[in-house]
Amino acid sequence: MSAPIGAPVRRKEDTRFLTGKGTYTDDINRPRQLYAVFVRSPHAHAEIGAIDTRRAAAAKGVVAIYTGADVQASGVGTLPCGWGITSKDGSPMIEPAHPLLAVARVRHVGDPVAVVIAEQKAEAEEAADLVTVTYKRLPGVIAVEDAVKPGKPQIWDAAKGNICFDWHLGDKAAADAAFAKAAHVTKLDIINNRLVPNAMEPRAYIGEYDRASGDYTLYTTCQNPHAIRLLMGAFVLHQPEHKIRVIAPDVGGGFGSKIFHYGEEATVTWAAAKLGRPVKWTAARSESFISDAQGRDHVTHAELALDKDGKFLALRVATLANLGGYLSTFGPAVPTWLYGTLLAGTYTTPAIYVEVKGVFTNTVPVDAYRGAGRPEASYVVERLVETAARELKLDRAELRRRNFIPKNAYPYQTPVALAYDSGDYFTTLDMALKAADYAGFEKRRQEAAQRGKLRGLGLACYIEACGVAPSAVAGSLGARAGLYEVAEVRVNPTGSVTVLTGTHSHGQGHETTFAQLVGERLGMPVENVEVVHGDTAKTPFGMGTYGSRSLAVGGSALVKALDKVVNKGKKIAAHLLEASEADIEFKDGKFTVAGTDRAKAFGEIAFAAYVPHNYPLEELEPGLDETAYYDPKNFTFPSGTHACEVEIDPDTGAVQIVKFTAADDFGRIVNPLIVDGQVHGGLAQGIGQALLEDCRYDRDSGQLLTGSYMDYCMPRADNLPSFTVSTHGTLCTHNPLGAKGCGEAGAIGAPGAVMNAVVDALAPLGIADLSMPATPEKIWRAIQARAPAKAA
Amino acid sequence: MPSVTITVNGKPQTAEVENRTLLVQFLRENLGLTGTHVGCDTSQCGACVVQFDGSSAKSCTILAVQANGAKVTTIEGIANGELHPMQAAFREHHGLQCGFCTPGMVMSAIDLANRNKSPTEDQIRHWLEGNICRCTGYHNIVKAIKAGAEAMARGSK
Repeated sequence: MSAPIGAPVRRKEDTRFLTGKGTYTDDINRPRQLYAVFVRSPHAHAEIGAIDTRRAAAAKGVVAIYTGADVQASGVGTLPCGWGITSKDGSPMIEPAHPLLAVARVRHVGDPVAVVIAEQKAEAEEAADLVTVTYKRLPGVIAVEDAVKPGKPQIWDAAKGNICFDWHLGDKAAADAAFAKAAHVTKLDIINNRLVPNAMEPRAYIGEYDRASGDYTLYTTCQNPHAIRLLMGAFVLHQPEHKIRVIAPDVGGGFGSKIFHYGEEATVTWAAAKLGRPVKWTAARSESFISDAQGRDHVTHAELALDKDGKFLALRVATLANLGGYLSTFGPAVPTWLYGTLLAGTYTTPAIYVEVKGVFTNTVPVDAYRGAGRPEASYVVERLVETAARELKLDRAELRRRNFIPKNAYPYQTPVALAYDSGDYFTTLDMALKAADYAGFEKRRQEAAQRGKLRGLGLACYIEACGVAPSAVAGSLGARAGLYEVAEVRVNPTGSVTVLTGTHSHGQGHETTFAQLVGERLGMPVENVEVVHGDTAKTPFGMGTYGSRSLAVGGSALVKALDKVVNKGKKIAAHLLEASEADIEFKDGKFTVAGTDRAKAFGEIAFAAYVPHNYPLEELEPGLDETAYYDPKNFTFPSGTHACEVEIDPDTGAVQIVKFTAADDFGRIVNPLIVDGQVHGGLAQGIGQALLEDCRYDRDSGQLLTGSYMDYCMPRADNLPSFTVSTHGTLCTHNPLGAKGCGEAGAIGAPGAVMNAVVDALAPLGIADLSMPATPEKIWRAIQARAPAKAA
Repeated sequence: MPSVTITVNGKPQTAEVENRTLLVQFLRENLGLTGTHVGCDTSQCGACVVQFDGSSAKSCTILAVQANGAKVTTIEGIANGELHPMQAAFREHHGLQCGFCTPGMVMSAIDLANRNKSPTEDQIRHWLEGNICRCTGYHNIVKAIKAGAEAMARGSK
């Protein structure tokens, strides 16, 4: 089957998943394997006293019990943070040690204090219950607003006022001056609710140690096996990379939460070496809720200054970002460089100033979750814009058009560090308005009112920065890793192709999309292409999959490697065809002497490369196997308009999404079927944030109140509509594919669109704002508060 | 330990199990049928759905001893040389991404289609209240189930 770029090729990986033959980490069992169960803190903040393991150690099947002190005494390091932030005053962020198992103090409910390892999982579970930990409870701080108040408990001695960093970006003086002359100022206090990523596959790890070779192996549910190998080897286990193999087999969703290096990964690997037997750990879902990094959790005050014509003059934003009790791998980068830099949105706002305080609290660490900073930024901007339109009685689409970056203004330098290379916000706005029948909305609102329903429509014109970014730039901003990607194209002797990519698929369909890139370039069916990922022993050093980077960065590396293959193939063909290399053309899988019918098929060239009987061995090495690294020249900037139409039942507060429309610009699209699927999934998570999902801790005790699917409202099929999606492609100008990335767009645009729709529906009652999630209860209460007369 | 005999994918399987062993553990650990997944511990997510005496059921909520004498079909047992029409519909309509919820979705969908040859979108969405997917937003799952049910109805004529 031919598979040109742009064709909706059905996924190669589906058959194994559909027949139950996927191999996820928990499906793997190793000979003589032991099982680990972690003993976790029931308290949000406490001193650890005595840990009595005697009864547990005597229990059936128990092989070992380790505490934080045992781990520390063995010389194992602590979990590293991958991005350093510099505060306004030039000081580095406070970076407390994050031990694998807590030592002396626990800092959130779920903080692990010991690990019990036994022959059977049930035995480990039972023994873990017998470990007695004496805690001295300490007062804690849970909400960021509380944590920064004077006199509050301090989580880390070095972090005064629980502040990890006090960061800023933009020109404060310019922003203040613009506000001083503004005709109108719109202000909002915004809470971006904490979310639990909730990939359906819980985290699971198997550590293994080969006593003969001294080699470690870790099977892990992760998005980036090479990064985990580097972090775990260099910072935690102090083992060189060549002694560690990290395998991420089929992974059941990540959404950011499986990027980070978790303590349980290193613990099972370390314990496997100590015990000389494989050690497996699989999280129960209730354990995931208190140990997987969570997302969002911002408290923000934001102000938009406009002139009398509705032109945006300036934006001021002050955010408290909750980091949790420890720094997760990329926690500090999310509310800073992935957030502040996106506050220009799609607009020409000339002056922007943002201040962000990163705050420690006694909660689970916060890190990247689908969108990672960009949903928070888009939400601030798009809620402000729509609120301003309502206050000024301007059409919200028209207000946006007045302020959009013009089509001819690229490259466009924003006041917050980014330079957008391409975009066309006018077209995606028009597409969305047309598909959503924006013009007919007032009629529908009136019709709904006659039925006693409140109907609202909301827009969000989001932009995101994906495919992070030139390594040198990221490094100058605090990144402690490179951000390139790698691909190896291994042409096999009979002409089939194995692609080894440093990216990782955990649902995104790389095995198909990357095979399409090969099929297009080399003129072969996708069935002849095998894409290998997720094993450090097989793939070259790549950075994994996050931030919608796989195609834009990893695909670009693959294109470069394919170019090298074709170039070498031309040399071989020139020799075989007794022609000059400059005269060889490659098209549709054939090397041809230009202007003649003399040709060699790709397979013949591959064979000649590996069986070099007739081959220019003097000038050319045998083999046809090329590797390319691609370091992006810039971020990519997907953008688009999402339009949400809701109907609210004022008697119950229940919101129904009547229609959800997305018009997105992802640049070049390789597989539209997969792209639409990515958009659908992102929208569900964005709508989930806006209407359903809320990670709630008791504000005093720090107990997680939403610790299961019975309390944390995951979007179900009957909470969502079918979506109306379309795409418009302005090509990325700086990568060879022109691709921008599509994985996070839905989660970035949807929250603003949904909440703008909810507020639009409620505005006639005088309700100007509502926080996420807009649950029926919250809406009902807001309506009741506004309509006491009716209630009486 | 009690001994149970459960017919799984047409084959009687006898084993000694602990009283507390769940059917899903029996399938995954005793029989190595790892297509049935565990995504939660509160019987909400539906990744473990199998057919139990002809109806869909969450295998995390049934003890192996309760299944003694029952007929159980798992995701591994529905393709007959080629994909089952519901599996094929999921592939055709891109009704899966990471694949983790997929076996439960397919097993649940087959039960719906057995009861309702031509389910509406609303009926499908309501039916799926016990199956959570985090990847697809359900859009393509709903399309796949509609098409799969129709294909099953055509096949049974």
